[in-house]
Amino acid sequence: MIARLLATLLLVCCATLARAGAADDTLAKFLDDKFPSTAAAISELVASGAPNAAPILQALADGRLLIDPVARVLVYKTMAGAVINARTGEILGGVDVAAFKKVRVNNALRSAIDAALGSLTLASPDAAVRLAAAEAVFKSRDAKALPALDVALARETNARVAEVMSEARAAIIAGDASAPAADRLAALEALKRRGDADAQGLIEDVATTAEAGAVKTAAQSALSAIQTRLALWNAVQNLWYGVSASSVLLLAAIGLAITFGVMGVINMAHGEMVMLGAYATFFVQSLLPPSLSQWSLAFALPLAFIVAGAVGVLIERLVIRYLYGRPLETLLATWGVSLILQQTVRTIFGANNRQVTAPAFMSGSMEWGGLSITSGRLWIIALAILVFAALQFVLRATPFGLRMRAVTQNRRMASAMGISTDNIDMLAFGLGSGIAGIAGVALSQIDNVSPNLGQGYIIDSFMVVVFGGVGNLWGTLFGAVTLGLANKLLEPFIGAVLGKILLLVFIILFIQKRPRGLFALKGRAVEA
Amino acid sequence: MKAPLTRLDLLGYLFLAATIGAAILAPLLALATPKSSPFFLPPYVVALLGKYLCYAILAIALDLVWGYCGILSLGHGAFFALGGYAMGMYLMRQIGARGVYANPLLPDFMVFLNWKELPLAWWGFHSFAYAALMVALVPGLLAFAFGWFAFRSRVTGVYLSIITQALTYALKLAFFRNDFGFGGNNGLTDFKDVLGLNVQADSTRAALFSLSALALALAYLVSRAIVGSKYGKALTAIRDAESRVRFLGYRVENYKLFVFVVSAIIAGVAGALYVPQVGIINPSEFDPANSIEAVIWVAVGGRGTLVGAALGAIVVNFAKTYFTGAFPEYWLFALGGLFVLATLFLPKGLLGLIAAPAAAAPAAPVREAAKEAAP
Repeated sequence: MIARLLATLLLVCCATLARAGAADDTLAKFLDDKFPSTAAAISELVASGAPNAAPILQALADGRLLIDPVARVLVYKTMAGAVINARTGEILGGVDVAAFKKVRVNNALRSAIDAALGSLTLASPDAAVRLAAAEAVFKSRDAKALPALDVALARETNARVAEVMSEARAAIIAGDASAPAADRLAALEALKRRGDADAQGLIEDVATTAEAGAVKTAAQSALSAIQTRLALWNAVQNLWYGVSASSVLLLAAIGLAITFGVMGVINMAHGEMVMLGAYATFFVQSLLPPSLSQWSLAFALPLAFIVAGAVGVLIERLVIRYLYGRPLETLLATWGVSLILQQTVRTIFGANNRQVTAPAFMSGSMEWGGLSITSGRLWIIALAILVFAALQFVLRATPFGLRMRAVTQNRRMASAMGISTDNIDMLAFGLGSGIAGIAGVALSQIDNVSPNLGQGYIIDSFMVVVFGGVGNLWGTLFGAVTLGLANKLLEPFIGAVLGKILLLVFIILFIQKRPRGLFALKGRAVEA
Repeated sequence: MKAPLTRLDLLGYLFLAATIGAAILAPLLALATPKSSPFFLPPYVVALLGKYLCYAILAIALDLVWGYCGILSLGHGAFFALGGYAMGMYLMRQIGARGVYANPLLPDFMVFLNWKELPLAWWGFHSFAYAALMVALVPGLLAFAFGWFAFRSRVTGVYLSIITQALTYALKLAFFRNDFGFGGNNGLTDFKDVLGLNVQADSTRAALFSLSALALALAYLVSRAIVGSKYGKALTAIRDAESRVRFLGYRVENYKLFVFVVSAIIAGVAGALYVPQVGIINPSEFDPANSIEAVIWVAVGGRGTLVGAALGAIVVNFAKTYFTGAFPEYWLFALGGLFVLATLFLPKGLLGLIAAPAAAAPAAPVREAAKEAAP
C-alpha cells in the first residue's frame, strides 16, 4: 500500500520535473553539435532557470553529455554511470552508450559553462549556496557572470547575500576598463566599504592599471583608506589574540599563585594537574551518551576540579607535608610526582593525543568588522574571569579565605592565633590544584590532550607568578595580561619564538629589580 | 688545616684512586686486550662509560653550588650544553671540505641555508686552543653576567631556581632557530676528527674516556680545594644562614658569584668532553628537564659530598640505560619515584648512609627554615 503510494508520489514528482525541464528547442540545439548553437543552448538553458540545467551543463563540461545518433535524443551519463534522458529526466536502462556521440566543447565553451554554472548557483534556493557563489564571483571577477549577477541581485531578498552580490558586481565593474567612469567610481566606493584584504588586492590592481584620471585617484585614496583600516583591524585582532592568550595564562597560573603564595613552594606538578583536568574532560566525553554531549562541560568542570583537587590534596599529604621549610626539596619532589603522573596517564590512556570535541555553542566563530572571534576562545575568557572572581570571593569573603591570607602573610603568627596551618596548607594545595584542573578543561578545547599537555604551560605559568608576585591575585592577573599581550603584540614583528625569548630575558632582568614580583607581600615576614 | 680524616675524606681518596685507575686501565682493556678475553671492554661500553663520566663532572659542578652554597640551579644543563657547543663548533670546522657540500670554510648546514660567509661567532674555532678557551669562557661569562645581577639583587631560593630554568629554556628556544647560526634543530653532528684523530676510532674513544676520568678527578680536586678552604667555610655558612653571614660583614654576593662561575666552567668542560664521545650536540641538551635530572643525580648520591654527586650521576644513568632498554615504560616511574624518595627519605643521599655525621651534608633544622617557608 505504502509502496504504491510512494510510487505514485515519485511519478508525480518526475512529471513535475519533466514539465519544469528545459524546453525542447533549447535542448535540440545541443543535437546540432556545432559550437555556435551549443553556445546559444548554454545561455538559453541558464536563462530558463530549469532545475535540470545544472546537471546537464556539468555533464557537458565533463564530456558526459551524449547524443543518441539513431533516435536523435540527448542523454547524459551520471557520475555513477546511469544514463538519463536530458529532456524527461527518466533513467534509460539497457542502452549502450558506446555508440553515442559526445557533445563537443572547446575552450571558449568551457569558460561559458563555468560562468553559466556559477550563475546557476547564484539562483539556488539555498541562501548559503548563493552566498558562496557570490563570493566565488567576487574572487574570479569574471565579467561573463555579470548578467546572471544582475538578475540574481534584483531577485535577492537576503540582505547579507545581496551585499556580497553587489560587492561582486563592483569587483567586476571596477576592474573593467571599458565601464563608464561614474560606474567604476561607485564600484570602488563599494569595494572600499567592504575593506578587507581581497578588496585591497582588487583596488591595488585598479590603482596600478587604470589610466591617470578620476578613477586612478579614487582607487589610490580608497587603497590608502583600506590599508589604514586593515592595519587598525589587524592591531585589534592581535589585541584580541593577546587577551585570549592572557586568559589561558591566567587560568594556568592562578592555581600556582595560590600554592606558591600560601606555602612558598613551587609545585612542579602543577602542569600535570592541568593535564588531569583535560583528561577528565575527555573521560566525561567518552562516557556521556551523544544526547548529552552538549552538556559534557557541565559535568567535566566539577569532575576536573574534584579529580585534580583530590590528587593535589594527596600529594600534599603524602609528600609536601614532610618537606616543610625546604622549598627546594619540595620543588624536586613535585617534579618527581609530575613524571609519575605523566607516565600514569600515558599508561592508562596511551601516548597519543586524545580528541576532545567542542560542544556546538563553543565551536564556530563570528566576524565583527575585520575581527574574527572564535567562540571557544570567548568562552575561555569568560571562564577565566569567572574563576578569578570566584577565587577573589573565596579569599576575601569566606573564613577559609581569611585564614589562608593570614597564613600567607605570616605563618607563625597565624599559627599562634590558633589557625591550623597544616589544614590550610592542605586545603590551599587542593584548591590550587583544582583550579588547575578547571584550566585543563579549558585547554582541552584549544590544545592537544596528551600526557605532555602540562609541560607546555608550566614555564609560562612560573613566569606569570614570578612577574606578578604573590602578594595578591591581582598580581597574577596583571602578570598574565601583561605577558599574554606582550607575547601576541610582539609576534607580528619578530616572530613567536624570538618574542618568547625576549620576554624570558625581560623577566630574568625584571627579577633583578623586583626580586619578589610586582605585587609583593609587605611586612617583616617577607624579608629573610 | 690539620683536621682528622673523616670517612668522607677517605671516600674522596678512594674516588681519586678509582678515577685515575679507570683512566689508566680502560685503554688497556679496550685496546691491548684480545676480544676473546673476559676483561675486554667493547668500544660501545667505553663510549657509554665516558658519557657517564661527563655527567659525573656535571654533577660535581652542580653539587658545588647546590650542596655547598644552597644555590639550586635548574639551568646547569645550559653551561654543559654551551661547553658542548664550543667543542662541537671546533669539530665542525675540522670537517673542512669533507662535508656533503665540500665547502672548505662553511659547515654543511650553512651552505644548506645559503650563507656566504662564516658568522663572526664561528671565527677562530678552527684552532683547538681557541675552542678550548671558549669551552671555559662562554659558560663562565654567562654565569658571571647572570650571577652578577642575580646575587647582587639577592634573588634567592625558588626564585633563583625558576630564573635559571627560564635561562636554559630561553637558550633552548634560541638555539632551535636556524638563523641563530648554530645548526638549529639538528645541532652539530657528523664529526670527523679531533686534533687530527678520527673521533670514531677505538683508540680515540679510549683516550677521550681517560681524559674524562682525569677531568673528573681534577674537577673533584678543584672543588675539594674550594670547599675545604676558609672561603669554602664561608660558602657553607651562606648556605645555612645567609642573612647572618651578611650581617657578619661578608660580601655574600661575591662568594656566590665566584663559586657559580667556577661551577659553570666545570660544567662547560664536562659538555666539551661529552660531545666528541656521543657525536652530536643539539638544542635538546638545553631542555630544562635535563638540568632537573642532573639535580636528582646529586640528590641521590648525596649533596654536599662531591663524591656522592659523581656516584649518583653514574648510578642513576646506569639505571636509566638499563630501564630504558629493559622496561622503557617504567623509566619515568622509576625516575619520578627516585625524586620523591630521595627527597623524603634520603635527604643526605646514598653517601649520607655511610659517611660520618661530620660530613658537610646540610642539617635541615638549623637552617632558617621558618623564613624560607614564607616566600
